[in-house]
Amino acid sequence: MEALILTIIATSIPLLLAATGELIAEKSGVLNLGVEGMMLSGAVGALGAVLWLENPYYGIIAGALSGILMASIFSLFTINFMTNQVATGLGLTIFATGLTGLAGAPLVGKTIPSLPKIEIFLLSDIPLIGSILFKQDFVAYLSIGIIIFISFFLKYSKSGIILRAVGDDHQSAHSVGYPVKKIRWYTTCFGGMCAGIGGAYIPLVLTPHWSEGMTAGRGWIALALVVFASWIPWRIIVGALIFGGITIAQLVGQARGWPIPSQLLSMMPYIATIIALTMISGRLSKNNSVVPSSLGKPFFGSQ
Amino acid sequence: MIKFCMRIFSLIAFSISVLFFVISNAFAGSPTKVGFVYLTTPGDHGWTYAHELGKQMVEKRFGKDVKVSVVENVPEGPDATRVIRELAKQGNEIIFTTSFGYMEPTLKVAKEFPNVKFEHITGYKRSKNVATGNIRFYEGRYIQGVVAGLMTKTNKIGYIGAYPIAEVIMGINAFAQGLKSVNKDASISVIWANTWYDPVKEADAAKVHIAEGADVLAQHTDSPAMLQIAEKNGAMGFGQSTDMSAFAPKAQLFASINNWGPYYIKKIEELRNGKWNTGDGPNHWPGNVWGGIKSDMLVISKFQNMPANVAQKAQEALDGIKTGKINIFAGPLIDNTGKEIIPAGKALDDGALWGMNYYLQGVNGKVPG
Amino acid sequence: MITFIPRDKVSKNWIIIAPILSIVFTIFFGLLIFTFLGYNPLETLYQIFVSPFSRIDRISDILVKACPLIIIGTGLMLCFKSNVWNIGAEGQFIMGALLAGFIALSFPNIETKFFLLITILAGFVGGALWAFIPAILKTKLNVNEILVSLMLVYVAMLFIDFIVRGPLRDPMSFGFPLSKPYPEGALINKIPFPGIGFLGQLHYGILFVFLLVPISWIFVNKTLGGFKINVLGSAPQAAKFAGFKQNSITITVLLLSGGLAGVAGVIEVSANIGQLQPEVSFGYGFTAIIVAFLGRLSPVGILFAGIIIATVKLGADNAQMTMGIPKVVTGLFEGILLFFLLTGETLQKYKIKWSEGKK
Repeated sequence: MEALILTIIATSIPLLLAATGELIAEKSGVLNLGVEGMMLSGAVGALGAVLWLENPYYGIIAGALSGILMASIFSLFTINFMTNQVATGLGLTIFATGLTGLAGAPLVGKTIPSLPKIEIFLLSDIPLIGSILFKQDFVAYLSIGIIIFISFFLKYSKSGIILRAVGDDHQSAHSVGYPVKKIRWYTTCFGGMCAGIGGAYIPLVLTPHWSEGMTAGRGWIALALVVFASWIPWRIIVGALIFGGITIAQLVGQARGWPIPSQLLSMMPYIATIIALTMISGRLSKNNSVVPSSLGKPFFGSQ
Repeated sequence: MIKFCMRIFSLIAFSISVLFFVISNAFAGSPTKVGFVYLTTPGDHGWTYAHELGKQMVEKRFGKDVKVSVVENVPEGPDATRVIRELAKQGNEIIFTTSFGYMEPTLKVAKEFPNVKFEHITGYKRSKNVATGNIRFYEGRYIQGVVAGLMTKTNKIGYIGAYPIAEVIMGINAFAQGLKSVNKDASISVIWANTWYDPVKEADAAKVHIAEGADVLAQHTDSPAMLQIAEKNGAMGFGQSTDMSAFAPKAQLFASINNWGPYYIKKIEELRNGKWNTGDGPNHWPGNVWGGIKSDMLVISKFQNMPANVAQKAQEALDGIKTGKINIFAGPLIDNTGKEIIPAGKALDDGALWGMNYYLQGVNGKVPG
Repeated sequence: MITFIPRDKVSKNWIIIAPILSIVFTIFFGLLIFTFLGYNPLETLYQIFVSPFSRIDRISDILVKACPLIIIGTGLMLCFKSNVWNIGAEGQFIMGALLAGFIALSFPNIETKFFLLITILAGFVGGALWAFIPAILKTKLNVNEILVSLMLVYVAMLFIDFIVRGPLRDPMSFGFPLSKPYPEGALINKIPFPGIGFLGQLHYGILFVFLLVPISWIFVNKTLGGFKINVLGSAPQAAKFAGFKQNSITITVLLLSGGLAGVAGVIEVSANIGQLQPEVSFGYGFTAIIVAFLGRLSPVGILFAGIIIATVKLGADNAQMTMGIPKVVTGLFEGILLFFLLTGETLQKYKIKWSEGKK
């Protein structure tokens, strides 16, 4: 049981990170559909860095930087050149898939040391809970840290409130004098950083090798998670664990011979997302929608 | 006189050049143009990578006598038809289409180019100029079963399959036969990944198997993820398609390696000698040429990470398959519900293998679908 | 420092200049990348942009490849114009193909081509039904359609996978996930040209594109419905004052775009595959989003955008066959092309102003 829970947690972390980053970007009104591409570049960057510098911690930094690099391309085009966000995001994934394939070619067939587990003194000795909560790797702690940070940031800090204002009505935010474009650059790059680290987690912890397209669609699930969480950070943890849990439950069910078609089980997270979304949206009136109102809309105006 | 000399000279020069032309054509020849269609890129380190190695063997063997064109990442639909047709139009004389889903596209294009030879890998439909080739992957699985049966301490084997198709199911059953031959108490549980390639999902499946108590893992999916998980968790496993010991130096017991090179070389040689044919295999199941360990199309890598007596048993199984002494699917065969498939003294023929939709004794659960 | 100032209306000159500039920039970057990677840059560019037009049958292959993109893109145009963000065309494509396939396989002996009308209608219904889910959720419960339609793509993918491996699997397929072949009546034939035979894969389904483009042009520019969609998209407040029913427009455009995606699915499967398999769409639904934007949300633009995207895809294959350039390189190039083409759109809508530094 303990091993299964650890597996669920491990498989959820890339989703969790990528979704958290995307949440911040979306809160400021940027819909970046290039998460898959940013995760891929994080993965290839991390693996390359670890092979070169022989220390898995550099992989985290390299993953973050690779993600930021991809996000800057997205920002440059959508924010400065005002291209359509949906199309540019899809383009970014095409671009990044090609780029990572090219950059990763020399890395095929190589393996790296994994990120070590960090045991927190004494706490890690508590039975069951200890090894689940206090015997994780650095990125796992980091991801929880990021979520706690942005929860408070969005709710209580002045910058967080400005960020939300930019996402809800960029025209008003602009007329009050907030630098809409600058803020969106920051949030998009933060999103890229998180997605990059999420992607880096795959070679750093889950399967320490590189192969083309190894994220296999997890970037898209991250997008779903943001919605599932209705743009509330802590709910991403719940959502990621449900996604991870259903994936693992489906595998366990097969190993134990439960007679349910695996495709139907695999559908569940997506259907659950739609239902969750419906329930959230239904409860709130149109004016009080949780969806950032400027989401996906380009902003022009000089700064 | 000078004029005469000039004439003689030009005549000689002319005949030499004609002669040279004839000779060069007869001996050096123009290179044979060979086309390959890949489902993914060689960067998958599994199925397509194995074909890439085969292609490299072709280039090494023939050198300047062949000219190879490759198209990667061709989806199994209308794009395949177009790409295969384009390869035929560009003058490729033999075209290898290396995934099951290229079956109809290959047949379609073959009809339009009766003079071009097509080699469809793993399909089951043939025509005058379409041959099919496949590997007896299940032979390696039997040896895996033998080794797994001797190595397991928990008597639980975890198996990760891609899709419940006959090719994968016969592999599981062959594994079960090998397992049963050395260890009657061990059993196999199967997880279907429903994908050929998703490293994270394959890793998750491996972790679940280990959490459920399995200590030896086998896979019929493409990435090295399962072995890496085994390595990390102190379990053992087998490499798939290519030698994966670089990824799991302590966990890989051995790998069943798909060795397409000899098949490609043989077929190209046949074409160059004008002897290409669609083979004489039976006409209604995959792989007209269905080669295994004996014909070197399936290669077993070094036995490692196991005691000498296990390695010896494995070697015996390998030799037994090579010499034909071991018939993997010889009766009595009983499926895991207790139904007799075939009585003692008889053996399943190749056709029956392609109809497998049941598990033999030693496998838990039932085939989905 | 560059700033953009909106133009009062889209500049006529820039409609021509912008795409040319985009191509010039792409070619410049292409030259750099290909040279850097050690490929002959001019030959590569020739293979990608020119070689697909070098033979008549290659041109027809471009049309075949562009066909589903243009059909789906046209439907998406209606949505995007009215600010309805349907990005689930991939799922609608699949469900259209699946429903049509189910009907086709239920009549295994039918030969008359009139049956095609029924399967195409079924495809429309299948796609429209799948789009109806986000439509009804959006209008009744104010649920964001971007995400619902995207989620439904995955449900559709898993659903067809389940159907083709289970209920609709051909018992003669040795366990391989394929349905039985479609009956003659459900197949779209290739077009025979007297004296030449067939041109590549060119099939009668292409005719649907030639019908669709003018019809949608008339609809968008000359009818009240098209007018409403335009107003709703560009000036939602004005639409409200004019008394346009926003909800019914939202539902209509989603049903139309879902239906068209479904029809594209039927045409693709009936003309090119001839049976159901786990994968019937190869990202067409997503690529069509790009096509719709590249085409500036206009029917004629989408026709051209579809052809451009198809050309580059075919050219990439040619570059690989003749020069051995791997897909990853051409994919990279494709991404760059998209970025610049999208930037081109901005140049049509905005004036550039160079200013000295920041205030």
